[in-house]
Amino acid sequence: MNTYSDQLASKEELRRISRARRRAQFMRRLPGDIVKLAIVILFVFPFYWMISTAFKSYIESIQTPPTLWPHTFTLENFSAIGEMNIDLPMYFKNSVIITATTIVLQLLIMIPAAYAFAKRDFPFKGVLFGVVLLAFMIPGQLTYISIYLMMAKAKLLQTLWPQILPFGANAFGIFMLRQSFKQIPEEILESARLDSASEFQIIMRIMLPMSKSAMITIAMFSFISIWNNYFWPLVMTTNEAVRPLTMAIQKLRDSGDNAIRWNVLMAGNVILVAPVLVIYMFASKKILKAFAYNGLK
Amino acid sequence: MYNKNAERRRVLKREWKNWALSYAMILPAMVFFGLFCIYPLCNLFHLSLFRGNVRNPYKSFRGIQNFVDLFTKNPDFVPALKHTAYYTAVVLVLLISLSVLCAVWLSKDRKLNHFAQSAIFSPHLVASISCAFVWSWMFSSEIYGLFNTILNAIGLKSVRWLDQPSTAMNCVIVMNVWKNIGYYSLIIMSALKAIPTEIYEAADLDSASPIRQFFQITLPMLSPQLFFLLITITTGSFMVFDSIRVMTNGGPGNSTQVLCTWIYEYAFLNNNSLGLASAGGVVLLLILVLITILDFRGLERKVHYQ
Repeated sequence: MNTYSDQLASKEELRRISRARRRAQFMRRLPGDIVKLAIVILFVFPFYWMISTAFKSYIESIQTPPTLWPHTFTLENFSAIGEMNIDLPMYFKNSVIITATTIVLQLLIMIPAAYAFAKRDFPFKGVLFGVVLLAFMIPGQLTYISIYLMMAKAKLLQTLWPQILPFGANAFGIFMLRQSFKQIPEEILESARLDSASEFQIIMRIMLPMSKSAMITIAMFSFISIWNNYFWPLVMTTNEAVRPLTMAIQKLRDSGDNAIRWNVLMAGNVILVAPVLVIYMFASKKILKAFAYNGLK
Repeated sequence: MYNKNAERRRVLKREWKNWALSYAMILPAMVFFGLFCIYPLCNLFHLSLFRGNVRNPYKSFRGIQNFVDLFTKNPDFVPALKHTAYYTAVVLVLLISLSVLCAVWLSKDRKLNHFAQSAIFSPHLVASISCAFVWSWMFSSEIYGLFNTILNAIGLKSVRWLDQPSTAMNCVIVMNVWKNIGYYSLIIMSALKAIPTEIYEAADLDSASPIRQFFQITLPMLSPQLFFLLITITTGSFMVFDSIRVMTNGGPGNSTQVLCTWIYEYAFLNNNSLGLASAGGVVLLLILVLITILDFRGLERKVHYQ
């Protein structure tokens, strides 16, 4: 009994000491932390500025000095986009179709290729994998002229295909998925083969369920890069009907009469950025981990 | 004897079947790479030998005349090369030094640091066109532009940020450093965490100063990642397009014209200069290959792999 209360007392004391120590640490860190916080706020300020401008009236957006937050909160900038003869829902729909189709196509091509490179043996495997790595390094800025001519020849320029097909084979995805497949132990595959499972069944029942996180990471990378893509639609399309959201945003600026209406332009940008930022808010830890891994390999 | 042969044939047949299945699995990927990577790259060399436009790319054969013209006749190409080199050099120095600084600064496992990390990373996920637009808005030369308001408030004169040749490129650089620093510091940071703490403890025992520890331990241990940064930043910077196109469109004058905007302009906007643009593309490719080789050569000995 006695020893127990002694322990209690010492525990209480320990707690008090640790609390005091923590407070001292807090005070010592406080100045540095305030500087840190200030820099972080400065860093995300452009996003705040974009959002706050998007909800300001035109008069308020060009007033001097500018207001830090919208004094008269308005949604009219979003409806103004429609009045400028820019069919935002159509661009949005194009963006969604292009992104979704590309990701599905990428998965269909990527999964068997990654499986063959990870788990099967065949002649010239190294050379062929070299092709994948080469493709990984060739930027679109060097290939778009030829691809444009190719698409023109195939009479596909008036469709969404020129924005989908060139990204069909995702070299980075094949590389990453192969890495993930390689970590699955050979014994599991062998026992499945003994049960006379076909390669298709092995992929569907074993490989894919065990590489879920790699698949999600790859799909997320693809989503971000395709959704945000500006260069490719700019060089591949001539027709408004097949253009994605990024091109609509550019049109918002170019179709202003004389001066750019920054408040409307920022409203458009909010629409473009929102899906990505919302996903990021919910999965920031996972996304950071995926990007960090990407640099370490 | 006969049985053995039949057996061998059966094994061979099964092997062939296996190979065929493997090739079938990688075939779609290879077809796509061939169509959209290898062929276009080879075709770029072919195109660069002709004079033509998008409708008729092979109007007349010019041989290497296009390449000669690039460096002797064309008024914009050499300046574009210089601007790209300037952009790359400044971005490289800023991004590497700032991201290492940022990573060391945020490396302790604390809630505040995790929050700061995810905030600083966020621009990397946002479309470059949106980032470019927000910064153009803040860099507005009008009196109501955000940066000019701040300058005026502390008694300085307005600056015509993106509208004068002397500052335009630097504004684009600031925007791109802001956008990418989070990504590169993330990579450096995860490498920092992999450095064994024993090394620092040993250095502490030898009473090495923190600055000395940074230069003698941290930097050498980070060299594989610094090397990765060096290659991705240089090659990426030579490819800069979106931010330039949105923020300055090559102007004012041609003070921010870079290689990729130059190629785009000559390929699609100017008349009959598709061959010239392709020649510019070939030059860009050669530069990229050269950079990669130089980086590998120069750093092979210095990089310390664990």
